[in-house]
Amino acid sequence: MSDAGMSKIVKTMTGVCFPFILIFGLYIIVHGHLTPGGGFQGGAVVASACAMILIAYGSIWTMKKIKEKHLSIFESLGALMFISLAFFGIFLADGIFFDNFLVKGAFSFFGLFANTATGVADINTAGVIPLMNIAVGLKVIAGLFAIVLVMAYATHKIKEVDDQ
Amino acid sequence: MFEQILTHAPALAVAIPLLGAFLTPLVSKINGKLRNVFVVIITALTSFIVALLSYNILAHESVKFAPDLVKNGIQTYIFGAGSAGDPVVRIVFEVDGVNAFMIILAAILPLAAVIYSWGFMKDETGQDKYYTLILLLTAGMLGMMMTGDLFNFFVFLEITSIASAALIAYRVNNKFSVQAAFKYIVVSTIGALFVLFAIAILYGQYDALNMAVIAKSIQYGLLDKIALILLIVALAMKAGIAPMHMWLPEAYGRAPSSVTVVIIGTTLGSFYGILRVGFTIFGEQIISESNLEVGIALGWVLVGLAILTIFIGVLMALKQNDFKKMIGFAAVAEIGYMVLAFGAALATMYQDSVTGITGISSSGLTALKGGMFHILNDALDVSLLFLVAGAVYYVSKESSLNRLGGLARNMKYTTIFFIIGLVAVSGLPPLNGFASKLMIYQSTYEINPILAIVAILCSILLLATFVKVFYAAFLGPKLPKFENVKEVPKSMLIGMLVLTCVIIFIGLFPNLVVENIVTPAVTALQNASAYIGGI
Amino acid sequence: MMAFQIPYLAVAGLIIIGLYAVLFKRNLIKMIIGITLIESGVNLFLITLSFREGSTAPIYTSSPGGPMSLPVPQALTLTSIVIGVAVLALMLSLVIHIFKHYKTLDVRKIREEDN
Repeated sequence: MSDAGMSKIVKTMTGVCFPFILIFGLYIIVHGHLTPGGGFQGGAVVASACAMILIAYGSIWTMKKIKEKHLSIFESLGALMFISLAFFGIFLADGIFFDNFLVKGAFSFFGLFANTATGVADINTAGVIPLMNIAVGLKVIAGLFAIVLVMAYATHKIKEVDDQ
Repeated sequence: MFEQILTHAPALAVAIPLLGAFLTPLVSKINGKLRNVFVVIITALTSFIVALLSYNILAHESVKFAPDLVKNGIQTYIFGAGSAGDPVVRIVFEVDGVNAFMIILAAILPLAAVIYSWGFMKDETGQDKYYTLILLLTAGMLGMMMTGDLFNFFVFLEITSIASAALIAYRVNNKFSVQAAFKYIVVSTIGALFVLFAIAILYGQYDALNMAVIAKSIQYGLLDKIALILLIVALAMKAGIAPMHMWLPEAYGRAPSSVTVVIIGTTLGSFYGILRVGFTIFGEQIISESNLEVGIALGWVLVGLAILTIFIGVLMALKQNDFKKMIGFAAVAEIGYMVLAFGAALATMYQDSVTGITGISSSGLTALKGGMFHILNDALDVSLLFLVAGAVYYVSKESSLNRLGGLARNMKYTTIFFIIGLVAVSGLPPLNGFASKLMIYQSTYEINPILAIVAILCSILLLATFVKVFYAAFLGPKLPKFENVKEVPKSMLIGMLVLTCVIIFIGLFPNLVVENIVTPAVTALQNASAYIGGI
Repeated sequence: MMAFQIPYLAVAGLIIIGLYAVLFKRNLIKMIIGITLIESGVNLFLITLSFREGSTAPIYTSSPGGPMSLPVPQALTLTSIVIGVAVLALMLSLVIHIFKHYKTLDVRKIREEDN
């Protein structure tokens, strides 16, 4: 990938397509407990949309807009949300680690059961699983995009050293 | 008071380092020193929980803290709900005597490494990633040693191998480190993929991933033999047994020293995997009457491989000029001792003509105990030697023995630690190497005298090698460029002191350790039916 | 009868070609591609174990009824793909560093330059 990006046509079309791919990826993440998909699959779709932006607009422009340390904070937030949800299972009475605590007892907003006759269900079924999907999806988006960004930066640096 | 912690202890031992690993990037944006303190606290907390858990399992009935959690010597922890389900569907952590023995090891090594790296890594960049990776490696190692589910074992194995490869290449400006990390990760990934292939074969046959359920329903057909061979060879590739040991001296030698200490724990975790697969999952099949000749032949094959490993390790160590690579080859030789003990134990299987029960003879039992004890001792001794080598590198920035000399005058404490490590590795009394090696010599002599003679000879060669290193690096005239080297920072000394205290304690009271820690582990290893009944 | 053996033959073929690429090729990137082939072979093996004759996908929403294939190996394959992505990213980063030091990707030239 060259550093200044590709031609104007490619840049415009990428800008048009990016929101649709983003929405599709987020849909896969959030509906992970009802349809095929989940945290990693949706996160990989969104990360490939971000990589598309990196290729079309060039690495210099993208590295000015997003720094690697912001992505690192995103990634840590996603991971912390995941493991805090797992730890909450212990704190409730006679719970166990990774317990699905939102299905039983006090919290019933996220704890409905799906209608197994037709299989169609709302989003707030299956307890703690959609929340964990969102946490994993956040981490995967930040992680995969950081990998691609850092590799582009490293290639840029090697080319700079070579040109000198 | 400890009951609340002990109920959840198997999960907490893995979850607390994981929580620490995820919090470390956020904490290190605030302050560097705060992050170091935070990491030391997390590692100390993990060691405390592991000590409680091991004590509760290995102690006698009357002195346990929570006796109703441990049934028949096994504590199980089911993730997600109270029971494991009728065809077992949940992930289960099943901690018996062998696991309790291995997690003691896996908790001491990261504690020493983290305290040591406070001073050792002071001037390097990117330290927050270093501490995150060390905590991830600790979590993966503890998970690998406690789990009762085969696929979960594979996942933790891959977590540790990815984290170790990233840590070996930590000094990216040194071209040898990056090369060693690439070799490590290629060998490690191929080994792990073959482990996954064997797990898929076993799943296709028995429709279960839980180790106890597979052990209950396994037969010894052709596909099971293929799965057994693939598992043992792939795990032996990761444990550094010859002829697949090529990556080990380079990976141990080019990594920063505190990283090598934790990777030693990972290597011994793969060795524990071989024991679990051989003795528990396939245990009843290998020791049954119809396969007695197969079992004895397997034992002699292991003995042959072990002798090859010991010879390669010791002879290559003699001709090395690089300090850390030489200790790496000595580590290869020590793994050969462990395999020798276990192979000799398998080779003494017999069938009692009166009762018809097959079992291992009494000298085989001593060999098992010696091999098990040697796992603990070898990890501690070789780790201490690597920490001393790191201290020498920190002071002089040289790693070749030809250019070192006369360091004993300014670095008194480091010299004392090196002498202790030297005496312990070569198996001289009164330190811990002597206790375990005496059991190995004694038992292999009764099986076949040649084995004992080879083992003693190679120990003496190891002693000669390390005395040569001691003379070259520490004694001798002081070189002019080392005029004003000072002693290493205090945190590095405290790290080495932690390991030394444990070594001296085991060396002075070996009977205490063998009775209370090693013998329950060996009993649990042979008792596959207790493991099956733990679900 | 032969139609049900084709996935297993494909698994064997992929693993053998992957092993050949890792052991006998001189370019570092070709070794990495070999490891990816072995991983694809093992994933294909895991998914093939979950199929039963005449079954559909294991989803409840508007399912056409009838037997469903096993969902557990599909979850195992997903985990294995994620691990493969992480290992691949790490290996490629290490190759970038090796290229920065040695300016070549040929294994024999790297070994010559070391000695």
